[in-house]
This record gives sequence, C-alpha cells and structure tokens, in this order.
Amino acid sequence: MTALLTVDRLSIATQARQLVRNLSFSIAPGERLGLIGESGSGKSLTSLALIGLLPETMAATGSIRLDGTEVIGAGERQLVALRGPAAATIFQEPLTALDPLMRVGRQVGEVVRRRLRHEGLPSSAPAVQTRVLELLSRVALPDPERLARVYPHEMSGGQRQRVAIAMALAWRPKLLVADEPTTALDVTTQAEILALIGQLVREDNMALLFISHDIPVVAGTVDRVAVLRQGELVEAGPVSDVLQAPADPYTRSLVAAARTFDTALGRLF
Amino acid sequence: MSFITVENVSFAYRSGRTILDSLNLTIEKGRNLGIVGESGSGKTTLLRLLLGLAQPSAGRILLDGQILDTRNRAFMGGFRKRVQAVFQDPYSSLDPRQSVFNIVAEPLRALKVQTDIESAVSEALAAVGLPADAARRYPHEFSGGQRQRIAIARAIVARPDLVLADEIVSALDLSTRILIVDLLKTLSTSATFAVVSHDIALVALLCPDIIILEKGRIVESGPTERVLKDPAHPYTRRLLASTPRLPPPV
Repeated sequence: MTALLTVDRLSIATQARQLVRNLSFSIAPGERLGLIGESGSGKSLTSLALIGLLPETMAATGSIRLDGTEVIGAGERQLVALRGPAAATIFQEPLTALDPLMRVGRQVGEVVRRRLRHEGLPSSAPAVQTRVLELLSRVALPDPERLARVYPHEMSGGQRQRVAIAMALAWRPKLLVADEPTTALDVTTQAEILALIGQLVREDNMALLFISHDIPVVAGTVDRVAVLRQGELVEAGPVSDVLQAPADPYTRSLVAAARTFDTALGRLF
Repeated sequence: MSFITVENVSFAYRSGRTILDSLNLTIEKGRNLGIVGESGSGKTTLLRLLLGLAQPSAGRILLDGQILDTRNRAFMGGFRKRVQAVFQDPYSSLDPRQSVFNIVAEPLRALKVQTDIESAVSEALAAVGLPADAARRYPHEFSGGQRQRIAIARAIVARPDLVLADEIVSALDLSTRILIVDLLKTLSTSATFAVVSHDIALVALLCPDIIILEKGRIVESGPTERVLKDPAHPYTRRLLASTPRLPPPV
C-alpha cells in the first residue's frame, strides 16, 4: 500500500543550529505511529514541518510527501489545501487552538463549512448546525446544544480538548496529528481523551501520528513507535518490540525509567 | 510524635465557595507524606496553608503542638526555618538576575541563620549533585532539571525539618524526572518531604504514607502500600486505573 505520509531524510535548521537531522519514517493509511522524544528532540518541529508551518527562521530540506503532495517547497495555496483534509492537528493546549471570543459551536461550524465547500456540498446554516451537533456528540460532550453556545473559557480543559478534537474531526482528515494532546490535562481526563482518540481513529480509519514525551501514554494508543533524541531517530519499530527489547541505550533508559514508576504502583488494577 | 497536625481545617473564600472541607492529617518527622489530587482538589490551597501563606477559615494547624498563626511574627520566623518549599516551574521560581550562590544563600540571609554561609551553600549544592562552580553561574545557564536542583538546594540549605514539594517533577522530562526522584530519596534521610502531586506513581516512589484529595476532601489516606494494593474509595481506584503504564514485560 502507498504510504499516506513519507518523511525522507528530513533536516531542519536555523542559520545557527541543526535541529532535526536526516529523519525518515512513513505512515500507511490507517496506521498509528507514536513519535517519542524529550525536550529538544525536534518532535514538535517535525509535526509543524509536515503541514508546512515551520517558522520562517527555519529551513527544511529532504522530502515530506503527504497524501501525494511534496510539502517542502510547496506554495501556500497547495499547503492550505492539505491542512485539514490530508492532515489535521490537535495541540497540547486547546486554548491556543480556540478563539476566546467566539462561541464553540461557531468555531466548529467554520471548519464544517470549509470542509463542505471543499467537497462541493451544500453548506447552508442548518446543514452546518446539524453536523456541528453530531461532531460535539461524537467527542462525547454532554448536552451539545447547550455547549455549542458557550465560550471556551466557560469549559474545563478536558471539554476544550474535546472541542479541538471535534474541529480536527470536522475535516475528516486522512491523518490525525496529536501533538502532546493530553499533557496539560488531569490523569483521569487524560485517560478519557486517550480512549476517545483511540476510538475515533479506529471508527474513521484515520492514520494517527501521536507525538509525546511520555512513553506509557503513547504505548497504549499506537502500533509503531519512533524514538527521537536531539533531532535524530535513535530507534523505530512495533511498540511491543521497542518496549520489550529496546536496542538503543537511550530508549533503554527511557523504558527503564517508565518501568520504575510502573513498578512503584504494583500490579494493574 | 507528629511534627505537623492539621485539625479540622477548612478553607472557604468570602464568596462562600468551600475549597477545603474539614481536613485532618498529620506529618511525622522522618516519614514522607504524599498528597495526591487533580485540578480543583484543593491541594494547592492546602499547601498554602501549610506554608503559612494563608489562614484556615476554620480549624487549626499545629507545629510541634504550637498553633501556626500567620500574625505571630516571632513564631513565623522559627516556622520558616523549619518548613521550606520547592515549586513546579524551575523557570519562574529562580530570580534570573541573581547568581546561584545568592539564590541558594537567600534563606540563610533572610532567616538570619547563624552559620558560615559559604560552606552551607557549597554543602547544599554538593548534596543536590551540582558542581561547586555552579555557585558563580546564573539560572539561564542551567537545564530544567539542574534548575530544579538549585531550587532544592535553596530549600534544604537552612536544614529545615520539612520540605513541601509542589509538583516538582511535573515540568521535567522522564529521564530527568527519575534522577530528581533518586535525589529526593537520598535527601529523605535528612529532611522530611511532603510531596504534593497529581502523579500517584511519583508519590508511591517517595512516600510511605499517602492522602488522596478530591474536591477539597480527603477521600482516602493511610500507608501507601495498603492504599495501592487495596484502594477503598472509587476515586482512588479511578486514579490508579487512569495512570498510563507500559504493557507488562513478557
């Protein structure tokens, strides 16, 4: 099967520093890949590069093919067409993705309208409204009709992340990019959001790129993992292989640290 | 004997919103206590009360049998020598204009501790695993984990009995986090830590006793081993089930 995303020898640099070096990986349609890395690993820059959103002070070389289009060197018009339908992103802090001055329903509605137009479908107000309510209930928000009328600050962090997921879902993307989507959330909320992402990805047969510094969070959600360190890929493979028998010393140290915390908790409940 | 006793402590804002509701707990010298809670549990408010930064609306907090009274200046002077704190964000908790020496020496000067400041600072830096020349440098020259070591050195320099540690590894990478946990384990032989965190695994590594806070109430407390093995409250069970783990080794 042709890959949905192929990253080939991607390097990202500012004038002064090399930030990502010779990174290659690919994601097949419907496949779930975890990109694990600590601060400074280049994982978030990689996720921005995929949709052509690197800051102007940084230059990318190599190749990123997303849904048949070469991203590096692509014009803004081509990139706009890719962002959303090919790949939609949810970020760590849902507040940055949401407009504080706009009611939640209208924000999701904007995306729905653009998607309907993109597909050449009617985008009348009632059609959009119906789809917005469907999306809010798909992300398990209680009482969607009421929530559609509230502002982001009136919601909890978990509810806001659900809205951000609904907005990504509105694109019906082939690839969902989740960049530390649960890092700012409480543990119990995190568990709910992880379960929700897993369920939606399966139901819509989306591919998933899950970016996180936290191995246990990634482990339960993806099929394969790639471990980054200081801009370089140190190890990649199926989750079970990498976690059971990490080949690289850095991966070994990360897995050992995670196991120390697991062991302290004792058996699984 | 318990070093700190919290008796029927409640805290409410003037609007009437109750943040803490009739808490009872004790902290014994030499026995770390873990205080676990999520957003809205009241753990930060409890920490503020334990630090004497706010007064309970009802109930009282005792230090060695004496009431913690924020208006009693003589008492508070002694209290600050005995209770210190480390906070979550190692980037905002250190003054960027001060050298590491001045940052670590600050409690000694502020509390007028009679000691050789120079040797106390270098001992504290050595205890947290920082090189001696760190004293001459400034916070921006250090990584997040090293900055947290500086904050810990500042907390232990006056040799307090109790260090309140508020989410002190939450902002750190996993590989750094494990090193700070090891450091706290080592330091636990000379000071007692109250570890406030949303992370029950962190508390399990460091504290023989635990309390679980939910919406301003203690829903469960006791020896950590017992609470983990046989959680009695549904919220504790939910916290444990929600904590992400690696698939078990084959």
